[in-house]
Amino acid sequence: MSAANNVNPPVVFTQDELGWVSWIDPLPEGELTERHFAGLVDRARAKSEYFRLLVRDPEVLEARTKTDKDIFYNVADGLPRAERELAAAATSRYNGCIYCASVHARFASTYSKRRDDVQRLLEEGVKADLGERWNAVVKASVALSATPIAFGPDNVEELRRAGLDDAEIVDVINGASFFNWANRLMLSLGEPTK
Amino acid sequence: MGTQDIIDTLAGIEPESALDAIRARRLQARENAQKSYLALFEPIDASAFSLAERAAVAAFVTGLHGESPVAAFYREKLAANADGAPLLDAIKAEIERGKTSGPYGAYPAGPLSVENTAGLIYRVSAEGKPVLGARLVAALEHAHLLVFRPRDAASADMKALLVAGWSNTGIVTFSQLVAFLSFQVRVVTGLRVLGASLGPTAAGA
Repeated sequence: MSAANNVNPPVVFTQDELGWVSWIDPLPEGELTERHFAGLVDRARAKSEYFRLLVRDPEVLEARTKTDKDIFYNVADGLPRAERELAAAATSRYNGCIYCASVHARFASTYSKRRDDVQRLLEEGVKADLGERWNAVVKASVALSATPIAFGPDNVEELRRAGLDDAEIVDVINGASFFNWANRLMLSLGEPTK
Repeated sequence: MGTQDIIDTLAGIEPESALDAIRARRLQARENAQKSYLALFEPIDASAFSLAERAAVAAFVTGLHGESPVAAFYREKLAANADGAPLLDAIKAEIERGKTSGPYGAYPAGPLSVENTAGLIYRVSAEGKPVLGARLVAALEHAHLLVFRPRDAASADMKALLVAGWSNTGIVTFSQLVAFLSFQVRVVTGLRVLGASLGPTAAGA
Protein backbone atom coordinates (compact mmCIF):
# COMPACT_ATOMS: atom_id res chain seq x y z
CA MET A 1 0.00 0.00 0.00
CA SER A 2 1.72 3.15 -1.10
CA ALA A 3 1.77 6.85 -0.52
CA ALA A 4 -1.63 7.28 1.17
CA ASN A 5 -0.17 10.08 3.26
CA ASN A 6 0.72 12.25 0.30
CA VAL A 7 -2.62 12.12 -1.48
CA ASN A 8 -4.64 15.30 -1.92
CA PRO A 9 -7.64 14.06 -3.90
CA PRO A 10 -9.49 16.49 -6.18
CA VAL A 11 -13.19 16.81 -5.31
CA VAL A 12 -14.39 18.35 -8.59
CA PHE A 13 -13.89 17.61 -12.30
CA THR A 14 -11.08 19.77 -13.63
CA GLN A 15 -8.89 20.33 -16.68
CA ASP A 16 -5.87 20.83 -14.41
CA GLU A 17 -3.03 18.31 -14.50
CA LEU A 18 -3.43 15.70 -11.80
CA GLY A 19 -1.17 13.00 -10.42
CA TRP A 20 -2.22 9.42 -9.72
CA VAL A 21 -1.08 7.10 -6.93
CA SER A 22 -1.46 3.35 -6.86
CA TRP A 23 -3.14 1.46 -4.02
CA ILE A 24 -1.05 -1.65 -4.68
CA ASP A 25 2.63 -1.99 -5.44
CA PRO A 26 3.84 -1.09 -8.93
CA LEU A 27 6.98 -2.87 -10.13
CA PRO A 28 10.12 -0.98 -9.10
CA GLU A 29 11.82 0.65 -12.08
CA GLY A 30 14.99 -1.34 -11.39
CA GLU A 31 13.16 -4.67 -11.81
CA LEU A 32 11.87 -4.00 -15.34
CA THR A 33 13.11 -6.45 -17.98
CA GLU A 34 12.89 -6.31 -21.77
CA ARG A 35 9.57 -8.19 -21.53
CA HIS A 36 8.26 -5.33 -19.39
CA PHE A 37 9.61 -2.62 -21.68
CA ALA A 38 7.84 -4.31 -24.59
CA GLY A 39 4.64 -4.09 -22.53
CA LEU A 40 5.19 -0.39 -21.81
CA VAL A 41 5.54 0.28 -25.58
CA ASP A 42 7.09 3.72 -24.80
CA ARG A 43 10.12 3.31 -22.52
CA ALA A 44 9.39 6.69 -20.93
CA ARG A 45 6.27 5.17 -19.39
CA ALA A 46 8.58 3.43 -16.91
CA LYS A 47 8.46 6.73 -15.00
CA SER A 48 4.69 6.41 -14.48
CA GLU A 49 3.40 4.59 -11.39
CA TYR A 50 0.22 3.65 -13.28
CA PHE A 51 2.06 1.97 -16.13
CA ARG A 52 4.57 0.30 -13.81
CA LEU A 53 1.56 -1.22 -12.05
CA LEU A 54 -0.16 -2.39 -15.24
CA VAL A 55 3.11 -3.80 -16.57
CA ARG A 56 2.75 -6.59 -14.01
CA ASP A 57 0.88 -8.16 -16.97
CA PRO A 58 3.04 -6.96 -19.88
CA GLU A 59 1.22 -8.77 -22.69
CA VAL A 60 -2.16 -7.30 -21.74
CA LEU A 61 -0.68 -3.84 -21.28
CA GLU A 62 1.06 -3.90 -24.65
CA ALA A 63 -2.10 -4.91 -26.51
CA ARG A 64 -4.19 -2.39 -24.55
CA THR A 65 -1.75 0.44 -25.26
CA LYS A 66 -1.67 -0.27 -29.00
CA THR A 67 -5.48 -0.47 -29.11
CA ASP A 68 -5.67 2.90 -27.34
CA LYS A 69 -3.15 4.61 -29.60
CA ASP A 70 -4.86 3.59 -32.83
CA ILE A 71 -8.34 4.54 -31.61
CA PHE A 72 -7.23 8.02 -30.55
CA TYR A 73 -4.12 8.95 -32.52
CA ASN A 74 -4.77 7.46 -35.96
CA VAL A 75 -6.25 10.54 -37.60
CA ALA A 76 -5.47 9.65 -41.22
CA ASP A 77 -9.25 9.51 -41.64
CA GLY A 78 -12.42 9.38 -39.57
CA LEU A 79 -13.57 11.50 -36.66
CA PRO A 80 -11.47 14.57 -35.77
CA ARG A 81 -9.22 13.99 -32.76
CA ALA A 82 -11.13 16.63 -30.75
CA GLU A 83 -14.34 14.62 -30.94
CA ARG A 84 -12.66 11.32 -30.08
CA GLU A 85 -11.33 13.10 -26.98
CA LEU A 86 -14.82 14.46 -26.34
CA ALA A 87 -16.17 10.89 -26.35
CA ALA A 88 -13.44 9.91 -23.86
CA ALA A 89 -14.12 12.93 -21.63
CA ALA A 90 -17.90 12.42 -21.68
CA THR A 91 -17.53 8.72 -20.85
CA SER A 92 -15.18 9.59 -17.98
CA ARG A 93 -17.54 12.30 -16.71
CA TYR A 94 -20.45 9.85 -16.75
CA ASN A 95 -18.57 6.99 -15.07
CA GLY A 96 -17.09 9.40 -12.55
CA CYS A 97 -13.38 9.15 -13.35
CA ILE A 98 -11.99 12.55 -12.32
CA TYR A 99 -8.46 11.63 -13.41
CA CYS A 100 -9.40 10.35 -16.92
CA ALA A 101 -11.77 13.27 -17.43
CA SER A 102 -9.01 15.75 -16.62
CA VAL A 103 -6.62 14.33 -19.21
CA HIS A 104 -9.13 13.96 -22.01
CA ALA A 105 -10.97 17.21 -21.31
CA ARG A 106 -7.59 18.93 -21.73
CA PHE A 107 -7.01 17.11 -25.02
CA ALA A 108 -10.55 17.95 -26.20
CA SER A 109 -9.90 21.62 -25.39
CA THR A 110 -6.53 21.62 -27.13
CA TYR A 111 -7.79 20.07 -30.35
CA SER A 112 -11.18 21.82 -30.51
CA LYS A 113 -10.23 25.27 -29.13
CA ARG A 114 -13.58 25.08 -27.26
CA ARG A 115 -12.25 25.08 -23.72
CA ASP A 116 -15.34 26.76 -22.26
CA ASP A 117 -17.68 24.14 -23.76
CA VAL A 118 -15.45 21.35 -22.44
CA GLN A 119 -15.47 23.00 -19.03
CA ARG A 120 -19.29 23.08 -19.10
CA LEU A 121 -19.31 19.33 -19.76
CA LEU A 122 -17.19 18.89 -16.63
CA GLU A 123 -19.19 21.31 -14.47
CA GLU A 124 -22.76 20.70 -15.65
CA GLY A 125 -22.31 17.04 -16.56
CA VAL A 126 -23.30 15.06 -19.62
CA LYS A 127 -26.60 16.95 -20.08
CA ALA A 128 -24.79 20.23 -20.85
CA ASP A 129 -25.95 21.74 -24.17
CA LEU A 130 -22.85 21.86 -26.37
CA GLY A 131 -24.51 22.18 -29.80
CA GLU A 132 -26.01 19.49 -32.02
CA ARG A 133 -22.85 17.68 -33.08
CA TRP A 134 -21.17 17.53 -29.68
CA ASN A 135 -24.47 16.71 -27.98
CA ALA A 136 -24.86 13.71 -30.29
CA VAL A 137 -21.33 12.49 -29.52
CA VAL A 138 -21.82 12.93 -25.76
CA LYS A 139 -25.23 11.27 -25.78
CA ALA A 140 -23.98 8.28 -27.78
CA SER A 141 -20.98 7.89 -25.44
CA VAL A 142 -23.25 7.99 -22.39
CA ALA A 143 -25.70 5.48 -23.89
CA LEU A 144 -22.82 3.10 -24.62
CA SER A 145 -21.47 3.51 -21.09
CA ALA A 146 -24.70 2.68 -19.28
CA THR A 147 -25.13 -0.86 -17.94
CA PRO A 148 -27.22 -2.42 -19.41
CA ILE A 149 -25.96 -0.72 -22.58
CA ALA A 150 -28.53 1.82 -23.81
CA PHE A 151 -26.97 2.59 -27.22
CA GLY A 152 -29.53 2.06 -29.99
CA PRO A 153 -30.71 3.07 -33.48
CA ASP A 154 -31.72 6.53 -32.20
CA ASN A 155 -28.11 7.27 -31.30
CA VAL A 156 -26.91 6.24 -34.75
CA GLU A 157 -29.60 8.37 -36.36
CA GLU A 158 -28.69 11.38 -34.21
CA LEU A 159 -24.99 11.03 -35.06
CA ARG A 160 -25.83 10.85 -38.77
CA ARG A 161 -28.06 13.93 -38.54
CA ALA A 162 -25.15 15.72 -36.87
CA GLY A 163 -23.02 14.94 -39.93
CA LEU A 164 -21.05 11.86 -38.92
CA ASP A 165 -20.52 9.10 -41.49
CA ASP A 166 -20.36 5.41 -40.59
CA ALA A 167 -16.58 5.35 -40.11
CA GLU A 168 -16.81 8.37 -37.80
CA ILE A 169 -19.58 6.65 -35.83
CA VAL A 170 -17.26 3.66 -35.38
CA ASP A 171 -14.66 6.07 -33.97
CA VAL A 172 -17.23 7.27 -31.41
CA ILE A 173 -18.08 3.66 -30.53
CA ASN A 174 -14.40 2.77 -30.17
CA GLY A 175 -13.52 5.90 -28.18
CA ALA A 176 -16.38 5.63 -25.69
CA SER A 177 -15.97 1.85 -25.35
CA PHE A 178 -12.25 2.18 -24.76
CA PHE A 179 -12.83 4.59 -21.90
CA ASN A 180 -15.08 2.07 -20.23
CA TRP A 181 -11.87 0.05 -20.07
CA ALA A 182 -9.59 2.90 -18.98
CA ASN A 183 -11.97 4.41 -16.40
CA ARG A 184 -12.31 1.13 -14.53
CA LEU A 185 -8.55 0.71 -14.16
CA MET A 186 -7.88 4.30 -13.13
CA LEU A 187 -10.78 4.35 -10.64
CA SER A 188 -10.10 1.03 -8.97
CA LEU A 189 -6.33 0.57 -8.75
CA GLY A 190 -5.46 3.93 -7.23
CA GLU A 191 -6.59 7.53 -6.97
CA PRO A 192 -5.90 10.99 -8.36
CA THR A 193 -4.03 13.63 -6.42
CA LYS A 194 -3.70 17.37 -6.95
CA MET B 1 -3.33 -15.50 -37.94
CA GLY B 2 -5.46 -18.63 -37.83
CA THR B 3 -7.71 -17.30 -35.07
CA GLN B 4 -10.94 -15.62 -36.02
CA ASP B 5 -11.38 -12.07 -34.81
CA ILE B 6 -13.53 -12.32 -31.71
CA ILE B 7 -15.20 -8.90 -32.01
CA ASP B 8 -16.09 -9.55 -35.66
CA THR B 9 -17.49 -12.94 -34.72
CA LEU B 10 -19.58 -11.64 -31.82
CA ALA B 11 -20.78 -8.59 -33.76
CA GLY B 12 -21.66 -10.70 -36.82
CA ILE B 13 -19.32 -8.78 -39.15
CA GLU B 14 -18.77 -10.70 -42.39
CA PRO B 15 -15.66 -10.36 -44.57
CA GLU B 16 -16.12 -7.77 -47.34
CA SER B 17 -19.01 -6.09 -45.51
CA ALA B 18 -19.14 -2.32 -44.96
CA LEU B 19 -18.20 -2.67 -41.31
CA ASP B 20 -15.35 -5.01 -42.19
CA ALA B 21 -13.93 -2.27 -44.42
CA ILE B 22 -14.38 0.38 -41.72
CA ARG B 23 -12.71 -1.77 -39.08
CA ALA B 24 -9.82 -2.37 -41.49
CA ARG B 25 -9.05 1.36 -41.30
CA ARG B 26 -8.16 0.90 -37.60
CA LEU B 27 -6.13 -2.24 -38.17
CA GLN B 28 -3.82 -1.78 -35.18
CA ALA B 29 -6.81 -1.33 -32.86
CA ARG B 30 -8.56 -4.33 -34.37
CA GLU B 31 -5.50 -6.57 -34.07
CA ASN B 32 -4.68 -5.43 -30.56
CA ALA B 33 -8.23 -5.78 -29.26
CA GLN B 34 -7.81 -9.37 -30.46
CA LYS B 35 -4.38 -9.67 -28.81
CA SER B 36 -5.88 -8.30 -25.59
CA TYR B 37 -8.49 -11.02 -25.70
CA LEU B 38 -5.84 -13.69 -26.32
CA ALA B 39 -3.52 -12.33 -23.61
CA LEU B 40 -6.40 -12.50 -21.11
CA PHE B 41 -7.95 -15.83 -22.10
CA GLU B 42 -4.96 -17.73 -23.53
CA PRO B 43 -2.18 -16.23 -21.39
CA ILE B 44 1.41 -17.45 -21.37
CA ASP B 45 1.25 -17.53 -17.55
CA ALA B 46 -2.01 -18.20 -15.70
CA SER B 47 -0.41 -18.83 -12.30
CA ALA B 48 -1.84 -15.69 -10.65
CA PHE B 49 -5.35 -16.05 -12.16
CA SER B 50 -6.42 -19.47 -13.40
CA LEU B 51 -8.21 -20.07 -16.70
CA ALA B 52 -11.29 -21.36 -14.87
CA GLU B 53 -11.36 -18.21 -12.72
CA ARG B 54 -11.00 -16.05 -15.83
CA ALA B 55 -13.91 -17.80 -17.51
CA ALA B 56 -16.06 -17.56 -14.38
CA VAL B 57 -15.43 -13.83 -13.96
CA ALA B 58 -16.01 -13.25 -17.69
CA ALA B 59 -19.33 -15.13 -17.67
CA PHE B 60 -20.42 -13.13 -14.62
CA VAL B 61 -19.35 -9.73 -15.99
CA THR B 62 -20.85 -10.16 -19.44
CA GLY B 63 -23.98 -11.74 -17.97
CA LEU B 64 -24.49 -8.67 -15.78
CA HIS B 65 -24.76 -6.63 -19.00
CA GLY B 66 -27.80 -8.69 -20.05
CA GLU B 67 -28.27 -11.58 -22.42
CA SER B 68 -26.23 -11.19 -25.63
CA PRO B 69 -23.98 -13.19 -27.96
CA VAL B 70 -21.07 -11.99 -25.79
CA ALA B 71 -22.63 -13.34 -22.60
CA ALA B 72 -23.42 -16.66 -24.32
CA PHE B 73 -19.84 -16.90 -25.61
CA TYR B 74 -18.27 -16.55 -22.15
CA ARG B 75 -20.83 -18.87 -20.57
CA GLU B 76 -19.78 -21.49 -23.10
CA LYS B 77 -16.13 -20.82 -22.33
CA LEU B 78 -16.85 -21.49 -18.65
CA ALA B 79 -18.82 -24.66 -19.46
CA ALA B 80 -15.94 -25.90 -21.63
CA ASN B 81 -13.38 -25.61 -18.81
CA ALA B 82 -13.12 -28.76 -16.68
CA ASP B 83 -12.67 -26.77 -13.46
CA GLY B 84 -15.13 -24.10 -14.58
CA ALA B 85 -18.11 -26.20 -15.61
CA PRO B 86 -19.08 -27.11 -12.01
CA LEU B 87 -19.33 -23.35 -11.31
CA LEU B 88 -21.75 -22.58 -14.14
CA ASP B 89 -25.01 -22.85 -12.20
CA ALA B 90 -23.64 -20.81 -9.31
CA ILE B 91 -22.44 -18.10 -11.72
CA LYS B 92 -25.84 -17.99 -13.43
CA ALA B 93 -27.54 -17.57 -10.05
CA GLU B 94 -25.10 -14.80 -9.08
CA ILE B 95 -25.78 -12.97 -12.36
CA GLU B 96 -29.49 -12.92 -11.54
CA ARG B 97 -28.73 -11.77 -8.01
CA GLY B 98 -26.40 -9.01 -9.21
CA LYS B 99 -28.37 -7.52 -12.11
CA THR B 100 -29.08 -3.80 -11.76
CA SER B 101 -28.48 -0.53 -13.66
CA GLY B 102 -25.36 1.62 -13.54
CA PRO B 103 -23.23 3.58 -13.22
CA TYR B 104 -23.97 4.68 -9.66
CA GLY B 105 -21.92 5.38 -6.57
CA ALA B 106 -20.38 8.15 -4.52
CA TYR B 107 -17.87 10.91 -5.27
CA PRO B 108 -15.22 12.20 -2.87
CA ALA B 109 -17.01 14.43 -0.32
CA GLY B 110 -17.49 17.91 -1.75
CA PRO B 111 -19.43 19.70 -4.48
CA LEU B 112 -19.98 16.44 -6.42
CA SER B 113 -21.71 14.79 -3.46
CA VAL B 114 -25.05 16.02 -4.84
CA GLU B 115 -24.49 13.58 -7.72
CA ASN B 116 -24.06 10.59 -5.39
CA THR B 117 -26.45 7.81 -6.39
CA ALA B 118 -27.27 4.86 -4.17
CA GLY B 119 -27.59 1.37 -5.60
CA LEU B 120 -27.07 -2.31 -4.96
CA ILE B 121 -23.99 -3.25 -2.94
CA TYR B 122 -23.74 -6.79 -4.26
CA ARG B 123 -22.52 -9.64 -2.10
CA VAL B 124 -22.30 -13.28 -3.17
CA SER B 125 -25.17 -15.41 -1.83
CA ALA B 126 -24.68 -17.75 1.13
CA GLU B 127 -25.38 -20.72 -1.18
CA GLY B 128 -22.85 -19.52 -3.73
CA LYS B 129 -19.94 -19.08 -1.34
CA PRO B 130 -18.97 -22.72 -0.74
CA VAL B 131 -19.25 -23.54 -4.44
CA LEU B 132 -17.19 -20.54 -5.60
CA GLY B 133 -14.56 -20.40 -2.85
CA ALA B 134 -12.99 -17.36 -1.18
CA ARG B 135 -10.98 -16.11 -4.18
CA LEU B 136 -13.92 -16.08 -6.58
CA VAL B 137 -16.31 -14.68 -3.96
CA ALA B 138 -13.98 -11.68 -3.53
CA ALA B 139 -13.50 -11.45 -7.30
CA LEU B 140 -17.21 -11.43 -8.13
CA GLU B 141 -17.97 -8.82 -5.49
CA HIS B 142 -15.20 -6.60 -6.84
CA ALA B 143 -16.18 -7.26 -10.46
CA HIS B 144 -19.72 -6.13 -9.68
CA LEU B 145 -18.33 -2.92 -8.22
CA LEU B 146 -16.22 -2.39 -11.37
CA VAL B 147 -19.18 -2.98 -13.66
CA PHE B 148 -21.81 -0.86 -11.90
CA ARG B 149 -20.17 1.54 -9.46
CA PRO B 150 -16.50 1.99 -10.36
CA ARG B 151 -16.39 5.42 -8.70
CA ASP B 152 -17.02 3.71 -5.34
CA ALA B 153 -13.68 1.87 -5.54
CA ALA B 154 -11.39 2.41 -2.54
CA SER B 155 -8.05 1.12 -1.31
CA ALA B 156 -9.97 -1.16 1.11
CA ASP B 157 -11.26 -3.07 -1.93
CA MET B 158 -7.68 -3.92 -2.90
CA LYS B 159 -7.07 -5.17 0.65
CA ALA B 160 -10.15 -7.41 0.43
CA LEU B 161 -8.72 -9.06 -2.70
CA LEU B 162 -5.27 -9.46 -1.13
CA VAL B 163 -6.82 -11.03 1.99
CA ALA B 164 -8.77 -13.46 -0.23
CA GLY B 165 -5.51 -14.71 -1.73
CA TRP B 166 -5.06 -12.50 -4.79
CA SER B 167 -1.51 -11.33 -5.54
CA ASN B 168 -0.68 -7.84 -6.82
CA THR B 169 -0.13 -9.27 -10.29
CA GLY B 170 -3.32 -11.32 -10.09
CA ILE B 171 -5.27 -8.17 -9.17
CA VAL B 172 -3.83 -6.31 -12.17
CA THR B 173 -4.78 -9.06 -14.63
CA PHE B 174 -8.20 -9.52 -13.02
CA SER B 175 -8.89 -5.76 -13.21
CA GLN B 176 -7.75 -5.71 -16.84
CA LEU B 177 -10.05 -8.61 -17.65
CA VAL B 178 -13.14 -6.95 -16.19
CA ALA B 179 -12.23 -3.60 -17.77
CA PHE B 180 -11.46 -5.19 -21.16
CA LEU B 181 -14.82 -6.98 -21.18
CA SER B 182 -16.51 -3.64 -20.40
CA PHE B 183 -14.88 -2.42 -23.64
CA GLN B 184 -15.50 -5.52 -25.71
CA VAL B 185 -19.20 -5.86 -24.91
CA ARG B 186 -19.72 -2.18 -25.84
CA VAL B 187 -17.83 -2.35 -29.12
CA VAL B 188 -19.80 -5.44 -30.09
CA THR B 189 -23.12 -3.84 -29.16
CA GLY B 190 -22.25 -0.58 -30.92
CA LEU B 191 -21.16 -2.35 -34.11
CA ARG B 192 -24.27 -4.55 -34.08
CA VAL B 193 -26.54 -1.53 -33.78
CA LEU B 194 -24.67 0.33 -36.52
CA GLY B 195 -24.59 -2.79 -38.72
CA ALA B 196 -28.34 -3.28 -38.37
CA SER B 197 -28.90 0.31 -39.53
CA LEU B 198 -26.98 -0.44 -42.74
CA GLY B 199 -29.38 -3.20 -43.78
CA PRO B 200 -28.73 -6.93 -44.12
CA THR B 201 -26.59 -6.79 -47.26
CA ALA B 202 -24.16 -4.13 -46.18
CA ALA B 203 -23.86 -5.46 -42.63
CA GLY B 204 -23.42 -9.05 -43.75
CA ALA B 205 -26.16 -9.88 -41.19
